[in-house]
Amino acid sequence: MNRDRLRHELTNLGIHLILISGALFMIFPFAWMVLGSLQSFAETTRGEFLPSTPMWSNYGDVIRTMNGSKPCVFDPSNPWLILERDRGCIIVRYFANTLVIGFGTVLGVLTTGVLAGYAFARLHFPGRELLFKLLLATMMIPGELTLIPNYVFMVWFPTPESWFATTFGLPGAEPHNWIDTYYAMIIPWIATVFSIFLFRQFFKGIPNELFDAALLDGATHSRFLVSVVLPLSKPVLITSALLTFLGSWNALMWPLLVTNSPEMRPIQVGLRSLITEAGTQTQLLLAGATITIIPIIILYLFLQRWFVSGIANVGIRG
Amino acid sequence: MSNPATSVPLKQASAKTTLVERQRVDWIGYVYLAPALLILTVFHILPVGYALWISTQGGRIRAFRFIGLDNYISTLESPEFWGALGNTVWYVLGTVPVNIALGLFVAYLLFQKIRGRGVYRVVYFLPHVISSVASAIVWAWVFNPTGGIANRLFELIGLPQQKWLLESDGVFKLIGMQLGIPLPSWAFGPSLAFVSVMIFAVWQALGFDVIIFLAGLTNINPELYEAGRIDGANGWQLFRHITIPLLTPTIFFILVISIIGSFQAFNHIYTMNIAASQPLGGPLGTTRTVSIYMFDQLYSQNRAGYATSIAVVLSFIIFALTLVQFRYFERSGEKENA
Repeated sequence: MNRDRLRHELTNLGIHLILISGALFMIFPFAWMVLGSLQSFAETTRGEFLPSTPMWSNYGDVIRTMNGSKPCVFDPSNPWLILERDRGCIIVRYFANTLVIGFGTVLGVLTTGVLAGYAFARLHFPGRELLFKLLLATMMIPGELTLIPNYVFMVWFPTPESWFATTFGLPGAEPHNWIDTYYAMIIPWIATVFSIFLFRQFFKGIPNELFDAALLDGATHSRFLVSVVLPLSKPVLITSALLTFLGSWNALMWPLLVTNSPEMRPIQVGLRSLITEAGTQTQLLLAGATITIIPIIILYLFLQRWFVSGIANVGIRG
Repeated sequence: MSNPATSVPLKQASAKTTLVERQRVDWIGYVYLAPALLILTVFHILPVGYALWISTQGGRIRAFRFIGLDNYISTLESPEFWGALGNTVWYVLGTVPVNIALGLFVAYLLFQKIRGRGVYRVVYFLPHVISSVASAIVWAWVFNPTGGIANRLFELIGLPQQKWLLESDGVFKLIGMQLGIPLPSWAFGPSLAFVSVMIFAVWQALGFDVIIFLAGLTNINPELYEAGRIDGANGWQLFRHITIPLLTPTIFFILVISIIGSFQAFNHIYTMNIAASQPLGGPLGTTRTVSIYMFDQLYSQNRAGYATSIAVVLSFIIFALTLVQFRYFERSGEKENA
């Protein structure tokens, strides 16, 4: 009995040793990054591990580098100035763009997904199954194939306000396409077959009795959807929102293509330009990476339960 | 249910609701579908047809002219395209099996009701949520020839210093040289620069596989393991004869999406190229994958039609691969059941 116990303990210890070394491999780049962001240029080229004196000024320097060497001034009397290209702080603008694009996309995906998922799960109309199968089949289309046509669309499409102005001959009307606008970075991504599928599966699981009861009370579909279905759907809403936000936050090829001016860039593209702007100044690059990574790590630690269960769900349903 | 006599009373009991459901057509359904269908049609379905059209065009966007199948001929005759396809195959071979094996291994360890399971899961998944440009900056520094941690480690264990992301020589050639075995040029393998990118890719994707495998493992009925243990099976036999067969759908799922994902890999290859001050696909085109090649032709060379023909060929390859995998899976599934 004692020998078994010992064996068990040793196995456990072995497993922990393997898992800890794996975990260190996962984390060491971040520790290395933070330490490197506090070193001087000379220290990074020598490959030091610890900075002799932490250079907090690297963080100010990287923000100035992103700004094209202009200082980043915060004016408490007009806080919104910080978002402006010439007087403000371009890194704040990068983050704001990322948030606008992320939240816009999430809101769109949830709206279109919930409505379509509800229609596919609960409503009866001719062609429903066929349409659903067709949509599922389009999941096979790789993003590379639609990239260039969509880019051409962005060049073609007028923005709604410029279209309105030119159509009604408003003063100063000038056609403007979707390049360099939030439209380009949000609208094409506000419906995904995957989310529709996720919502449909979840809504199908809601008991019929609930629906019958609501119907007896004279509720319409929209009423039932808003006051019964949505409150029950919190997990699937959060999963879909997080996965969408992650995708939007990590997008690179598309925002690279459809943005020309720095003030429209999300943080990913902003960081990519920093690589060119900072050149060989590794300590500045690492400071920039740290500024970007720290908020997302904090957010992730708060929401990790949802991230993990969301990804796990994808596996089971897929 | 097959016997009509027994199903009659059932039908009568629920006649009211089923009748209502069957006769009613919810025309409102089309309204509910409209937003999603509009967006998907315009930005997801129409572009497929339009892509086929663009691929027959020469010249820049806004100044297209029809050139028939010339783009496809140039694609298939281009040594860069075949080189890129070869690199993409190396990328799949170098990342997908490693990730599946490591992912399954870590998930299996975590599955052993270990303490701190949640913490491990969070840590292993962390790289997956970090923006790839930021982590590529960090990894480009890890692989920096002067001052990077990779060379420091090599120094520590007495291996020669490497150029990592700047090294265009094949890894097998480098290993062969170290061991004094000259290799023929066809056996040089992917460049060290590309292998460095693959190490980064494995680091980034591992946590995703771990979580999906863990979910798959949790779905296996624990009684099966009980029964196996009573029959005297050891740990390896349990793994081989219970875990692996029951996990086959999960493995298959990860295999399919990893291969598709690898063929589309772009973000980290692109950013590591730039962070190592290399041209796109460098050094010497040894990290140029099909996606990188397509983007380069579009973005730097302004050849939209040609880039689209590359995308069409790439889509065909992905489609064919997925089909083959499904066929194979169906057949092996039948064998498993028989």
